[in-house]
Amino acid sequence: MTPSAAVTALREKLGVEPALEGRVVSVDVPVERWVECARLARTELGCLYFNWLSAVDWKEQGLEVLCRLDDLDGGWALAMRTKLGPDRVHCPTLTGLYRGADWMERECWDLLGVVFDGHPDLRRILLGQDWVGHPLRKDYAVDTAYEPYR
Amino acid sequence: MEVKPPVPQIPPACWTEMKDLQEWEKHHQQRGLDDKTSEALGGIFDAIYQMPGGGVITASTEKIFNWARKSSIWPVTFGLACCAIEMMATFASRFDVERFGMVPFASPRHSDLMIVSGTVTIKMAPMLKRIYDQMPDPKWVVSMGSCANSGGPFRHGYHVVKGVDRVVPVDVYVPGCPPTPDSLMYGLLKLQEQVAHFQQTGTRAPAVTHE
Repeated sequence: MTPSAAVTALREKLGVEPALEGRVVSVDVPVERWVECARLARTELGCLYFNWLSAVDWKEQGLEVLCRLDDLDGGWALAMRTKLGPDRVHCPTLTGLYRGADWMERECWDLLGVVFDGHPDLRRILLGQDWVGHPLRKDYAVDTAYEPYR
Repeated sequence: MEVKPPVPQIPPACWTEMKDLQEWEKHHQQRGLDDKTSEALGGIFDAIYQMPGGGVITASTEKIFNWARKSSIWPVTFGLACCAIEMMATFASRFDVERFGMVPFASPRHSDLMIVSGTVTIKMAPMLKRIYDQMPDPKWVVSMGSCANSGGPFRHGYHVVKGVDRVVPVDVYVPGCPPTPDSLMYGLLKLQEQVAHFQQTGTRAPAVTHE
């Protein structure tokens, strides 16, 4: 599949307005259609490779989850974004579609505190299990006391 | 928007629940400030010193013992970050610390020096402490590089210990990011001076930083 064909398919099947920049199709989807969009990308658009998943803290506008799905055969990528909204941390998981989403979502939970609903094993992956808080949030105080070494 | 810091509510660290670590805490001996092994040796030296002309013998044997101890420091192979690459280069044939009698040894129980080479994270600090506790007395610590000295560029990060001296006592601080092998070797020579001071006086010298 070519990027322009993917843009057409996304527009027709999901009713979203994708943007094409070079070989990257970027699309904003509401959080309810997050899994639906990924399923479309995997089953029909040929994006079989889960590249990465991360999130951005926009302070009062809330968190934004981003992920990138690659079509290695077609040589293009789909960048998906979804805004969770202010004070909302729940996002559906993509682990049912991509095995690679498992650890990326755990990292996202660990550092930014996005709760992925339906994730099979949502534990901290980088920090210790006894860590309090999510350090990449903008309101996290980095000099928070941590016994016994700080 | 007002940014409010989270209220720190720190649960007990997970490693305090580990059985063998509790055993360690129970039997853990704090690092002795004076030389425990040389008490008998000191008695013999005193006896020889009392003999006529004995002062000459004790002075020269002291020197030999001193030299023997400071020239046989075995560092534990313990690399944490990029400084470990420089440490490995120091151990390898070009810079060759074996001429100081140093053998990088892969067991903390047979070693008497720990070179903390790199960033100590909060997750790693209890493991570092545990390796340090496993080393037999007398033991020494060289803090290598900015991260181990003070936290370095990550000092204001969220997950880095601000200096390894918050975890274990340090004898020599080697600055640099990372220190060159020459710099580390100078630090090791400074450590030899510390060992000699310990042997001569029975107390540890204050920690040094070389420029």
